Amino acid sequence: MRVWKFADNIDTDAIIPGRYLIHNDPAVLALHAFEGTRDEFSKNVRGGDVIVAGRNFGCGSSREHAPLALTGAGVRVIIARTFARIFYRNAVNVGILPLVCDRADDIPDGADITIDIEKGYVEAEGTRYPVEPVPGFMQDIITAGGLVDYARELEEVKTCTGSQV
Amino acid sequence: MGATVVEKIFSSRCGRAISAGEVVMAPIDAAMIHDITGPLAIRNFYRMEGTRVYDPRKIIMLFDHQVPADSIAAAENQAFMRTFAAEQGIHNYDIREGICHQVVMEKGLAAPGEIIVGADSHTCMYGAAGAFATGIGSTDMGFVLKFGALYFRVPESIRVEVTGRFAWRVGPKDLILSIARDIGADGATYQALEFGGETIANMEMDGRMTCCNMAIEMGAKAGIVPADRVTYAYFEGHRPVKPVDIYPDPDAIYREHRVYDVADLGPQVAMPHNVDLAVPVEEVAGTPIDQVFIGSCTNGRFGDLAEAAEVLSDNRFSDAVRVIIIPASRDEYLKALRAGLIERFVTAGALVEAPCCGPCMGGAFGLLGPGEVSLSTSNRNFKGRQGSTEARVYLCSPATAAASAIYGEITDPRET
Ligand code: SF4
Repeated sequence: MRVWKFADNIDTDAIIPGRYLIHNDPAVLALHAFEGTRDEFSKNVRGGDVIVAGRNFGCGSSREHAPLALTGAGVRVIIARTFARIFYRNAVNVGILPLVCDRADDIPDGADITIDIEKGYVEAEGTRYPVEPVPGFMQDIITAGGLVDYARELEEVKTCTGSQV
Repeated sequence: MGATVVEKIFSSRCGRAISAGEVVMAPIDAAMIHDITGPLAIRNFYRMEGTRVYDPRKIIMLFDHQVPADSIAAAENQAFMRTFAAEQGIHNYDIREGICHQVVMEKGLAAPGEIIVGADSHTCMYGAAGAFATGIGSTDMGFVLKFGALYFRVPESIRVEVTGRFAWRVGPKDLILSIARDIGADGATYQALEFGGETIANMEMDGRMTCCNMAIEMGAKAGIVPADRVTYAYFEGHRPVKPVDIYPDPDAIYREHRVYDVADLGPQVAMPHNVDLAVPVEEVAGTPIDQVFIGSCTNGRFGDLAEAAEVLSDNRFSDAVRVIIIPASRDEYLKALRAGLIERFVTAGALVEAPCCGPCMGGAFGLLGPGEVSLSTSNRNFKGRQGSTEARVYLCSPATAAASAIYGEITDPRET
């Protein structure tokens, strides 16, 4: 699993340009991921590769096409110093694990990376980088395999209850 | 303990005290979907084994991003949504009304004290109506369509207090660009921006919408102006709404207080490729431009068009610039038409299009080629946002856009 390293403030227009939002199929979207800003990504990405970014990854539009394009490319884990709010939710909802890591900037591009969620770290080139645990209420969605599978099991929701999800 | 406006809205909708940091499954008063994010939301609704939406009257559907359909795929997406609307009994505004956020506001579909979601990041604009409104993705929207509820972590708030009178040809867009520069592109992530102070109290709804619209550009979950007489006056003729007490308490707890005095504020321009790169117009004046876009949910209202027309006066737009002007909605278009603005723009050399998002998202028409420079009254200037990733987009107010369109280069509107 190789690391694809990105800078701060990678926006959803960069992840998937607006003109491709007419497509809804992750495999088709994946062909255009980072088009014009990092063309080698869609050509060389392999299933299981990991995106590592700086601050505010996924800022901008609410387009779920962005995390979907990444699932289409086989990405299942994104590590960043911080995530934009809507992207973070969307990623969890479509089954991507977003991991917050203070030291994400130190993880080298192209490195081989392994992830140990239980122990709370990722390891690249012999160095361990601690990652924050996913908040409890999002954990249930991730465990279910995304919000769709989670929602399928729900008969009804009780509004105004705390931490129900 | 005092509460912020956002805490008050969640508390009043749930009938118990709710504070920032709590995660609640909140009831949703209205949900908006459009032609880009709607098809995925509907597919997710079905994948969640949804059969009937929770309440068809609370779902707002319209098409604005790629209208009229500019490709066969876009036409198919819209046809798919029309079928869904018919099957579920949802009123579909289709391509008739204009940009989603403007339509929600002017139809009175977002009211003070309500909790509203939209499958679009600029849904935060309805904070101008005193609602808690936030953008969500399509899977969350599928969940809302089915259950009429969504979990939220109730955000802390940043209080933005604005005083002073705007100088000539300086306005709300310049203010919000300067706030974005100070707070930064992620400085308000997971927070709400609560606007107040005498300048906001005296600001018309148009300007409040411009400010709340851009809350997301600082990462905020919502922007909000507590409903006051301006808000309630706006609703007259749109929708009868009951006044609600959602003023923040004097001892409300904020993550941060920010104070602005607009008296000394000049026109601001955000440089490529981030919204928080705003500088005073003087610093970029003289930059040659290829295209000017006046429109979008941020600045496509009648007030914005009138501001541009006032600066334009009897001049013509430069032949070196393609000027695209798009009223945000049919209502705003009609107002501009009746006031003679459309004729003036067309006479001056602009292309005036029917209400829609246009070049704002780089998905439909008006795209930029490599090396081209655009000056735009919209809200985002990310690399590739309006076409080629080798193009450059600057953001500004309608006044600055109009002045620049006359000279073919970025121009201080106070000097025309
Ligand atoms: S005008 Fe631009 S920002 Fe507003 S809804 Fe349309 S694409 Fe989004």
